[in-house]
Amino acid sequence: MREARLKGLLVRGLAGDSSAYHHFLEEMSAHLRAFLRKRLARCPEELEDLVQESLLALHNQRHTYDSGQPLTAWVHAIAKYKLVDLLRRRAGRDALTDSLDDALDLLFFSDTEAAEARRDLALLLKGLPDRQRLPIELTKLEGLSVTEASHATGMSESAIKVGVHRGLKALARMVRGAP
Amino acid sequence: MKTEDLVSMLASSSVAVPPHAAARRYGFAVGGGALVALTLMVLLLGVRADLADAAQLPMFWFKLAYVGGLLMASLLASLRLSRPGARLTGLASLLMAPVLAMWLWALVVLTRAAPAARSQLFYGETWTDCPLLIASLSAPVFVAVIWAMQGLAPTRLHLAGAAAGLLAGTTGALVYCLHCPEIEAPFLAFWYLLGMLIPATAGAAVGPRLLRW
Repeated sequence: MREARLKGLLVRGLAGDSSAYHHFLEEMSAHLRAFLRKRLARCPEELEDLVQESLLALHNQRHTYDSGQPLTAWVHAIAKYKLVDLLRRRAGRDALTDSLDDALDLLFFSDTEAAEARRDLALLLKGLPDRQRLPIELTKLEGLSVTEASHATGMSESAIKVGVHRGLKALARMVRGAP
Repeated sequence: MKTEDLVSMLASSSVAVPPHAAARRYGFAVGGGALVALTLMVLLLGVRADLADAAQLPMFWFKLAYVGGLLMASLLASLRLSRPGARLTGLASLLMAPVLAMWLWALVVLTRAAPAARSQLFYGETWTDCPLLIASLSAPVFVAVIWAMQGLAPTRLHLAGAAAGLLAGTTGALVYCLHCPEIEAPFLAFWYLLGMLIPATAGAAVGPRLLRW
């Protein structure tokens, strides 16, 4: 069964198996895309942004998963929370810029980039302070271990872990604030 | 950044999380908050002088069970509401059980009492102070529990805030039990509940602002 298999991957991931966790996130991104596409029919250009935002939220909140709980319920609750958050933000924005948007919509929002995220997370990452950006870049992008990243930067191992954790949370906040 | 790159980024290197992260966070928050509340109570109000005598009375323990039962129920509610998609069934009855038990007992006490004695049973000696003191003692716990919840992922923010507030209120009330001279069921059924509901209402009001993620 799919639920049981994905749950197994996540549980192994939470115990430290990063390749199982990689499989889990891969399957989740496809699942989230399908789940959110149905619910975001009116603005498909936001779909991939929301998929990425939800993946980031799954990752940042992975400590809230309880293995006694159905995985689907947990994932869907997070994705719905992020969806509602997005719709609320849009409603606020639209109320402010409604008249302009109506006129400009046709010119600016073509569908050609629908498969790409509109917001570049790599760019947002650059906006983080060094003590968060370096740990993320070294351990998450260049694949160094925490110990290696600690040697490379002179930061302590716990500072590296805290930097990654806080940096990813800050990234999620920036994503919410970014247009 | 493409989504597959984001996935690779998130999955590389350390992904492990310590088990029972949520429960430990709450244990830390409630324990720490209760310790501050206890210190405040001892310094500002003082432990009731006849505590050893009071502990002989069954009603003293019924009172502790009432507040303690609500504390456990609101702790469970806070834990559940901090996890996306967790089931909430049964929480309402668990929360209502101690309240209904105390209300029933209060009703028995009031009906069996002489009419002239009823107002004394309800108002006791300290009804003007009790709810406010409970709410004040719960303040340090409130801050700590909201902090605990901010590190987790509540999705129903009004409810989660209310549960956090009630957890703070019940912890404050439990500490207050060591000072408070009141022991009659009609008093506890109303004024204690009022005191515990003040932080719960505050939590429901500020939940959406403080608990977003």
